[in-house]
Parts: sequence; C-alpha cells; structure tokens
Amino acid sequence: MLSATEIEQITHELQQVPVKKAACIEALKIVQQQRRWISDESVADIAAMLDMSTAEVDSVATFYNLIFRQPVGRHVILLCDSISCYVMGYTKIKQALVELLHIGYGQTTPDDRFTLLPNACLGTCDHAPALMVDNDLYRDIAISDLPQILDQYL
Amino acid sequence: MERPLTQHIPLSGAALQLKEYEAVGGYSALRKVLQELTPKEVTEKVKDANLKGRGGAGFSTGMKWSFVPMNVTGPKYLIANADEMEPGTFKDRWLLEGNPHQLLEGMIIAAYAIQATQAFVFMRWAYKEAAQIMTRAIADAYAAGYLGKNILGKDFQLDMQLHTGVGRYMCGEETALLNSLEGKRATPRAKPPFPQVSGLFGKPTIVNNVETLSYIPHIMNKGGDWFKSLSYTADGGTKIYGVSGKVNKPGAWELPMGVTMRELLEEHAGGMKAGLRFRGVLPGGASTDFLTDAHLDVKMDFVGVAAAGSRLGTGTMVVLDDQTCPVGFVHNLEHFFAQESCGFCTPCREGLPWTEKILLALEQGKGTYADLEQLEIHTQLLGPGNTFCALAPGAMEPLQSALKYFREDFEQHIKDKKCPYAHH
Repeated sequence: MLSATEIEQITHELQQVPVKKAACIEALKIVQQQRRWISDESVADIAAMLDMSTAEVDSVATFYNLIFRQPVGRHVILLCDSISCYVMGYTKIKQALVELLHIGYGQTTPDDRFTLLPNACLGTCDHAPALMVDNDLYRDIAISDLPQILDQYL
Repeated sequence: MERPLTQHIPLSGAALQLKEYEAVGGYSALRKVLQELTPKEVTEKVKDANLKGRGGAGFSTGMKWSFVPMNVTGPKYLIANADEMEPGTFKDRWLLEGNPHQLLEGMIIAAYAIQATQAFVFMRWAYKEAAQIMTRAIADAYAAGYLGKNILGKDFQLDMQLHTGVGRYMCGEETALLNSLEGKRATPRAKPPFPQVSGLFGKPTIVNNVETLSYIPHIMNKGGDWFKSLSYTADGGTKIYGVSGKVNKPGAWELPMGVTMRELLEEHAGGMKAGLRFRGVLPGGASTDFLTDAHLDVKMDFVGVAAAGSRLGTGTMVVLDDQTCPVGFVHNLEHFFAQESCGFCTPCREGLPWTEKILLALEQGKGTYADLEQLEIHTQLLGPGNTFCALAPGAMEPLQSALKYFREDFEQHIKDKKCPYAHH
C-alpha cells in the first residue's frame, strides 16, 4: 500500500501533467525515494493510482537504469565504467571495491550497508576515474581513497 | 580572444548568481528581444548567425525553429536537452553548474521565438549539483519576473520546469526524450512527423542542447556577424572542447570553432603524459570515428572533422594512448552501446551484444580471423539506414575506424591468443 506521503506527492505530480500516465516516472521516483526500491506491490499500487496496467508500469520501471526493481542497501555505489574511466583504470578501482566490500556488481553487503553497481559515464571525464555514492560525486579517485570514502556512509 | 559562454563563470567553480549575471549584462538580451523584435525576427537572427546545434548532430538551430507552425492554438514546448550522457562528454555540466541563468535566458528567448508557454530542462540523474543550482536559478528567475505571466511587463508568459531523468543514454535522442518526458520508455519515435510539428504530447516542440541555447542571448545582443567573427572557419562561434584520457591536463576549454586537434591536444591538454605516445582519438564522444596522428592538423569544426572521416559530435575528445589496448577500448564502447540500446529495433538489440561478445572474445585471446569479418559485416548491417535511430550507426563509428587504423592490434590478439597489453 502506498503511504500517505507517497499518495500526496504523486497527486501533486498528477496536477502537473495533461494525462495520468505522464506521471509514471515521477511516481516511481517518489516511491523509490521512500523505500529505496520498487517492489511488485509498488508497481501494482502505482498502476492503480495512474489507471495503467501493472505490465505497463513495469515496462517503464525496468527500462531505466536507476529505478531499482530489487532491494538495494542503505547506500548505492555507482562506479563509472565508461571509456574515459576505462582508460584511467576504473577496473582496478572495481577490484579494490570488490575486495573491500566482498561483493560484486548487483550485490548488497550482508549488513545492508552498500550495493555496488556499474554506471554509464558520469560526465566528469577530465577527472576520471569517478564514482558516486548516493548523491555524492567523487572524482580523480585512487584505490587509497576508497576506505575514507566508504567510512562516511553508515 | 572572446569566450562569451564561459567568461563569467567564477573560477571558484561556484555558480554565477542572478545579481552577478545581471551585473555583466544578463537578461539584457531578453529585454531587448521583448521590446524590439517579433518572434519571427528572433528566429531570422539565429538563422543568419548560422548557429549549428552543439549536441552532436550540428543542425542549423534557426532552421529548426522555423519549422514550428506559428498560427496554431494550444500549447507549444521548448526543451533544453541537459541529458549529457555521451561517454567522454562533460561540457554541458560546466555551463549548467557555472552559468544557469545564461541557459534560462536563452530558453526564454527561444520560447518567445516559437511562442511556447511551457519549457523544460531535461537533466540527467547524475548531475546532482547542477540540478540544485538550476532549481535555485529557476526560482530566482520567477521572483525577478523573467518567468511566469507578463514577462518584463510584456504580453508573453512562460513556465519553466526542471525534470531530472532516471538514467538511460537513449533519453538524449530528442524523440526518445519526449517519450521519457511523457512518462514512457525512452524509445525513439518515427520521423516524420518531426517534433517541431508534433512533439511533446503531440504539440509543436523544440529540443535544443544546453550549449546551443546558452549562445542565444549573445547572438541577440551582438548579432550574426559578431558570432561568425569568433570562429576560425565557416562554422561560426566558439565551441566548448574537452579532452580526457592520459594527457597532462585533461579539461574543457571554450575556444574559437575550428581550432586544430593539435592545438587542443598539445597546448590546452598539455600533451601526452610522460612515457606515453598518442595513438588516436575519438574527436567528439564515444559515437565518433577514431582519428589518428595523420589528422592532428584537422580543424575541429563540423566540416573539417567530417572531411577527415569522423564527426565533430560533442567536441569532447577521448584520447587513446599506446599503452591502452585498442581492442579493450572498443569493447568498452560496445558494452556501453549494447547496454544502452533501447531494444526497440532488431539490428541494434541483437547486433550490438554480438559485437560486444566478439570483442570480448578477441580481448581474451579467443578470437579468430572470421570474427574480424563478422565485425566488418556488423559495421555495415548496423550502419546508417538499417536501424530506427542513430544509436547503432553511432556505435559502429569507433568500431569501423578501429578495424581500419588498429588492424594489427586485432590480429595480434588472434595470433598471440592473448591481449598483448600489460594493463589487465
């Protein structure tokens, strides 16, 4: 069931658009903001609110890289794996993260603290390699920076 | 040397605030336009300047605007494409974070030219700081009377909204962007009808790149002749160029259109890092053909780069050095394109993962000469005219040129049955 806050925020979005369906992505963002991810139940709840079929909402939810259809940890690490970061050695950063966290791409640490995901170009190629943790961007990262970066996220 | 787009961006990296922007002449172009020019005259002025779109395709901006029907009732839309997601591209981030009002002023003038009443900034998810800066700038512009009803006391109204995306390269393609803004999957639409006639929610819509729109206030203030005089070549204006990879000073610079690749790489980017040799470059982002040291004196404008066999694209270059494996480099690119294909048309959905797998096999020393033929065939089958949009043909550009310029590297992977480079 959607929470009162979610319903209120989605209702606000519905007032901005000419057809209900057009609020689909905003609705997914709102629910993910509250719950970290989009469950089957959330897909059905959003569908009901926007007069869409669940399949239609799910087709949108699964299309976008940053709508999560599986649970994620409290913090999501997005490691840029595109070309400038490749040239500047992101693969070594990835290896170091795997060793520090004992998880691979798409996995979450057992304490639910971190999920590690690859991400397409973060648009900061002159400061490669780069990664984001939640909303924070880290640039020109070296392997030795990683413990300090991770320590900030509990 | 004039740098109209970036000269007022504080060196601290902080965004230019509304009062600071006004102090250097900000919003004077809008004032002038609303007082002196008809919408048609604005479009004519942009057409006269021959401003070409800075998002990658290089189409005439004034021409694009002129296709919007003027005698229609109902809403029209103006959209700034701030979904910068072409790998190796980081130029619009600079403008968004540094001078948000320049973009807003350009958008308001563009909206006036096509008589749009609603505008959107479509910004990619990852640009968190830019989104905060733009949110504040939009609020400040409303408070100062540059947005909303009766803008500057005139009979013109415009609402502005920031939309942040949820991550997909396809959103940068203008018709896919429109679908995404309608809450749908970001798949491209058939053209015609073109968005100028039937775009967002079926209404006339213009989508322009951030750098393109940021130029509009300057062209209104100083005119087309001034714009053309900034450039070294027939393609007018300055351009934001960028260089990334193993150079001494990676970065972005606003320079006259038509600066040579050599000047960019050697003077601005400070040359290759010690011990490394230049082998090639993607001149305008991931979906452009490689150029090599034979092309260093190519002028970086739309015509010059095209004549050399590539595209100016976004003007942000990625450098390949002699200690990075070209096969691994191209595999990285095709992995990106295969992942970001929207899956809507078959050649792209099936062909890109195939090229990615072949390149991985080659990189791992499991490739054969027949694989090279298969890659060549793919560059044809996924080329222009065979797919629904430009994603797959763009993906084939670095592949076809790598097969041409770095053939010996591909063959060595087959002969040695391993990657000859040390970086793995």
